[in-house]
Amino acid sequence: MPFGNTHNQTKMKYSSEQEYPDLSKHNNHMAKVLTPAMYERLRSKQTPSGFTLDDVIQTGVDNPGHPFIMTVGCVAGDEETYEVFKDLLDPVIEDRHGGYKPTDKHKTDLNSGNLKGGDDLDPNYVLSSRVRTGRSIRGFSLPPHCSRGERRAVEKLSIEALASLSGDLKGKYYALKNMTDAEQQQLIDDHFLFDKPVSPLLLASGMARDWPDARGIWHNDNKTFLVWVNEEDHLRVISMQKGGNMKEVFTRFCTGLTKIESLFKERSHEFMWNEHLGYVLTCPSNLGTGLRAGVHVKLPNLSKNTKFEEVLKKLRLQKRGTGGVDTAAVGGVFDISNADRLGFSEVELVQMVVDGVKLLVDMEKRLEKGQSIDDLMPAQK
Amino acid sequence: MTKNCHNDYKMKFSVDDEYPDLTKHNNHMAKVLSKEIYGKLRSKSTPSGFTVDDVIQTGVDNPGHPFIMTVGCVAGDEESYEVFKDLLDPIISDRHGGYKPTDKHKTDLNFENLKGGDDLDPNYVLSSRVRTGRSIKGFTLPPHNSRGERRAIQNLSIEALSSLEGEFKGKYYPLDGMTDAEQEQLIADHFLFDKPVSPLLTCAGMARDWPDARGIWHNDNKTFLVWVNEEDHLRVISMQKGGNMKEVFRRFCVGLQKIEEIFKKHNHGFMWNEHLGYILTCPSNLGTGLRGGVHVKLPKLSTHAKFEEILTRLRLQKRGTGGVDTASVGGVFDISNADRLGSSEVDQVQLVVDGVKLMVEMEKKLEKGESIDGMIPAQK
Repeated sequence: MPFGNTHNQTKMKYSSEQEYPDLSKHNNHMAKVLTPAMYERLRSKQTPSGFTLDDVIQTGVDNPGHPFIMTVGCVAGDEETYEVFKDLLDPVIEDRHGGYKPTDKHKTDLNSGNLKGGDDLDPNYVLSSRVRTGRSIRGFSLPPHCSRGERRAVEKLSIEALASLSGDLKGKYYALKNMTDAEQQQLIDDHFLFDKPVSPLLLASGMARDWPDARGIWHNDNKTFLVWVNEEDHLRVISMQKGGNMKEVFTRFCTGLTKIESLFKERSHEFMWNEHLGYVLTCPSNLGTGLRAGVHVKLPNLSKNTKFEEVLKKLRLQKRGTGGVDTAAVGGVFDISNADRLGFSEVELVQMVVDGVKLLVDMEKRLEKGQSIDDLMPAQK
Repeated sequence: MTKNCHNDYKMKFSVDDEYPDLTKHNNHMAKVLSKEIYGKLRSKSTPSGFTVDDVIQTGVDNPGHPFIMTVGCVAGDEESYEVFKDLLDPIISDRHGGYKPTDKHKTDLNFENLKGGDDLDPNYVLSSRVRTGRSIKGFTLPPHNSRGERRAIQNLSIEALSSLEGEFKGKYYPLDGMTDAEQEQLIADHFLFDKPVSPLLTCAGMARDWPDARGIWHNDNKTFLVWVNEEDHLRVISMQKGGNMKEVFRRFCVGLQKIEEIFKKHNHGFMWNEHLGYILTCPSNLGTGLRGGVHVKLPKLSTHAKFEEILTRLRLQKRGTGGVDTASVGGVFDISNADRLGSSEVDQVQLVVDGVKLMVEMEKKLEKGESIDGMIPAQK
């Protein structure tokens, strides 16, 4: 297996040209950025835990492209990856995150009081609201690279931290490898259960190794706050509920996340964060806030309108199918969320979703009545 | 030795922390790997940097299989079998009928030593095939090799194969450069191999960089075929319709030896030693790496109560006609030698020839409603 520098010195006896991947049929961020010269400069390097350039790019080499989305094609194996391989990752980050420069600073704002409105999205259209992010625990390598020992340590710390949550955040942990059939069925019905990745994008980077060891799901008794342990990131934190009260979802999100962070700090573990990249996660696309705030919203008329894509772009929003990142929409119901992750704060991104979805619903209502939406077209945010 | 800093990094976790959970597992690796053995081997690396976690990853990720007892581990290079012998020797012994670490393996690729085999009834024996694998010394194996190594193997293979003549004259089709027409033809001929989908293989890292440096070579007659960089460096296949296994084996031996000569000239002979025979990626293929088999119609015999027992006594195994992890279709079975290590190529093909001859006779008896009780063979 290529994960780790198990092989790096031995590979150096082959020339850079002999080792350089064939990216001629590829269309992902990594393939757009990687050049033979860059490969040559970086191929002899490794992070302190032994992650190499070939480890970073393997998923992008094995997956030339995707029909719905422009994939990133590279992953980080640890916090240091973003530094050691900055020659590759800075341009990928810049391309992916709207021109974000190596010298830019990222702003974190998890004060839900700063969000204006967001408690009144029309539930006839907005079926559910959700905010998710990821967090990595400093001192451990990331899912593409971590060993069983590390993964188990991350799980153990997480269980401890989550077990001390109280009030409406009080909940329970379900380890994937020993949940009962009944528990499993309930988690599936609640749309909480995550399963072994099947996407080749994830498999090729090694994130599914040792499944289901040290993977699990924690959720509060109210089923509105959920934490995934050791899936694509160390932690994925999710706040969700039916209907359109995004403010409440975001408030719970911020409160819960801040509480969890302080619990980890009490145990001498912090989240990976720096003032340039914000929160450090496995996929470069999730840097910054790692935040995706979205709704499932009925837009059967608007989604068929020729200006739909343009409107989304101007609002800095993206659409997905209701099955998640690589799926298609079903029955006119779309997953609409912020397109940005880095260079904007959490509050700013959720604000864009709240304001944008409000407008989209207004447009949908206009189109239902056969009216024009021309006067509602937004400026570029 | 290569400094393996990733492995060293893992050493800060205890054996207990790193030892895999094998409680739901049923494969050869899981049967053998104790915490003690893991503890002993976890700090080691082969010269090219393959570690015990690399060896066992496929077995950890794949607890078991409905049809077959999987091996659950792979070699990353020739040295894996030495560095990790504490794990691999017991697996080899369990898989290869008690083969001991001190045993010697016999290689015999002299097709003239095969008796008979040219007259299996083509009304029952639809096709005959012999395959093996070969690894090229000086390169690491498919779970571990880099693009540079894989391409070097491809280049050497193309050179070697393109110098073959006569009945062996042929052409190489790289997977990433074939035309649609070529692809259609290779599929129609049942020659094309595709990116592995079996998690047994993908979890071991064999599909990395697909389809880079993978390809298929076959002779103009379409009876001799070489796969480059699939599960092993080379898979060599001789096949034809009907029951003339002797001819298939002759072509196999002759072709294989010609290829080996050419690789030797480039100072890249095949990996072989007198204990393990030919060294291949999967421990199940050590020794001869040979699977000699037929597609044979046995609709009656296959439903007979003693079918499994007969196969066991004849040292044969059955598979579906789609290959190793498939089921049989329409009473047609793939019957081949079960052994790989501890007997020679000639020995193994002889078992197939004699065994299939007997089973076809049994099938004919059952067709006539007669008993086969008097024909049950002794354990070979």
